[in-house]
Amino acid sequence: MTGSPSEPGPADLSARITEIVRTEHGRVVATLIRRLGDIDLAEDAAAEALLTALERWPGDGIPPNPGAWLTRTAGNKAIDRIRRESKRDAKHAEATMLMDAHQNDGPHEDTGPVTDDRLRLVFTCCHPALALDNRVALTLRLLGGLTVAEIANAFLVPETTMAQRITRSKQKIKAAKIPYRVPREEDLLTRLGGVMTVLYLIFNEGYLASSGTGVRVDLCTEAIRLTRQLTGLIEDPELGGLLALMLLTEARREARFVDGALVTLEHQDRSQWDPTLIDEGHTLVRRCLAINRPGPYQLQAAINAVHTDALDVSMTDWSQIVQLYDQLLVVQPSPVVELNRAVAVAELDGPEVALAITERLDLSTYHPWHVTRAELLRRLGRTGDATAAYDDALALVENQAERTHLLRRRDSL
Amino acid sequence: MTQYLLSVIHDWDALGDTTPEEMQEMFEATGRFNEEIEASGHWVFGGGLEHPSTATVVDGAKGANVVSDGPYLEAKEHLGGFWVIEAADLDEAIELGRRASAACARAVEVRPFQSE
Repeated sequence: MTGSPSEPGPADLSARITEIVRTEHGRVVATLIRRLGDIDLAEDAAAEALLTALERWPGDGIPPNPGAWLTRTAGNKAIDRIRRESKRDAKHAEATMLMDAHQNDGPHEDTGPVTDDRLRLVFTCCHPALALDNRVALTLRLLGGLTVAEIANAFLVPETTMAQRITRSKQKIKAAKIPYRVPREEDLLTRLGGVMTVLYLIFNEGYLASSGTGVRVDLCTEAIRLTRQLTGLIEDPELGGLLALMLLTEARREARFVDGALVTLEHQDRSQWDPTLIDEGHTLVRRCLAINRPGPYQLQAAINAVHTDALDVSMTDWSQIVQLYDQLLVVQPSPVVELNRAVAVAELDGPEVALAITERLDLSTYHPWHVTRAELLRRLGRTGDATAAYDDALALVENQAERTHLLRRRDSL
Repeated sequence: MTQYLLSVIHDWDALGDTTPEEMQEMFEATGRFNEEIEASGHWVFGGGLEHPSTATVVDGAKGANVVSDGPYLEAKEHLGGFWVIEAADLDEAIELGRRASAACARAVEVRPFQSE
C-alpha cells in the first residue's frame, strides 16, 4: 500500500489505528495465549497494549510492523503483571518461571510444523463442546477483538448476558481443558466445518439485520475479515467457497435497500453492486471449483456468481442456476434448497411448475415459503390466493425493511 | 493429566426393550473397552450401578441425621454407571467418552474433576 501524499488528519489516523487494532487483535491474543497458557491474562495484556498504542501512536506515528509491536508490548505487560502478582501469590511464581523459560527459548512450538496461533485459537473458540451462541461470541471477542458491549449490541442481548456467556465459555475451556491446538488431520475437515458454521452465522446475523441502525457493529465485515484471514492459513475449497459466498452477497448490499424497503434481486439496481467484490468472488469460485470437490458453500457461491454475472436480470442463466441447485440438493438435501430451486425453475419452466414444487414442501413456518407462493400465485393471476399468502408471510416477518417490501407487493396486487 | 467423570445416562424403564442378546453384547463390549483403557493407562475407576430404587438418601448436613428412601431426584433418567478416566485434554476425554458410549450403547456425559 502506498501512503497518501497529504498528511492524514487526526480523524483518518484514529480510524487507521482502530482498523489496525481490530485486524491485529486476534494475532496478539492468540500468540499470548500460547505463551501464557491463560486466556484472561492474554486478553488483559492485549487490552493494555492496545491502550498504549492509542496513547502513543498519534504522537509517535504508527510503527512499521504494528502487529509485532502490539505483541511485544502486550508480552511485556503480561510479564510485568505476573512479576507484580507473584510477590503475593505462590502460584504466580510458577508462572513467572514458565515465562522466563519461554523468554529464553523464544517462541516455542510443540506441535510439529509452524502454525499461526490464530488457527489454534479459532479451533478452540469453535470447539463443539461449547454451545453455538457461545462459539460465536467467543470468536468475535478473541479473534475479532470486538468489545463485549459491541457483541451484545450486535446480537441484541443485554451486555451482562453477553459478558456471562463469554466468561462461562472461558471457564469451560480452562476447567474442561479444551485444547489450544489445530485438530489432527483426520478430524480437521469436520472441525473446520464447525468453524465455517460459526463464521457463516456471524455473516448472516449481520446480513439479515443490515436494514437496522448504524450503531450495530458490522458483523458482515467482521465475518469476511475472519474468513479471509482463515483462507490465508488453511487451504480448503469449501473455505474459499464460503469467502466467495460472503463477498458476492456483500457486493449487493447497497442495492438491497431503498428508502428502508427491501429490494429483491430481480429489482435491484445492478450498477450499485460492488464490482471489486464481485471480481474477487468470481475468481475465488473459479479457483475452488477447479479443485473439483464441490460442497455446499462452493455451490451457493457459484449460484451467486451466476446471478452477479448477469448485467440485467433478463440475462440470467437460469438453466445453470437450476443445475447448480440440483448439485446442491445432492450434497445438502433440504426443503429450503428445494424452495430456492423452485424460484429458479419458475424462470425456466414457468410459475405453474414452480408452484407445484413449492406446494409439496413442508415449510409453513418459514416465511420465504409464503413469499415464494405469493409471487408465483401473483404471476398466475390468482390474486386472492396471492393476497392471503402475503398475509401469511407478513405474520412471520419481523424485519421492518422486509415488511415494508411485502406490504407494497400485497397492496399493488 | 486431568481426571474426567464419564457418566452413563440411563433410562431404566426402557431396559425392557433391550433383548438378552443386545444386553450380552453390551456387557462384552464394555468389558473390552475397560480392558483397553486399563492397558492404555486411562483407567482410574468404573462400574455399573444397581437400579435407582435401591438408593438411600442420607442427610447429615447442619447436624441433621435423616435417612430416607431414594433416589434423591425423581427423574426419567438416572446415572446407570460411570468411569473415572485420566486424559490429557478434553479432546482425548471426548474420544474415550465416544468409545465408552459406543460400548455401553448409551449417551455419556464427560465432566472434568476440579484440579487440586
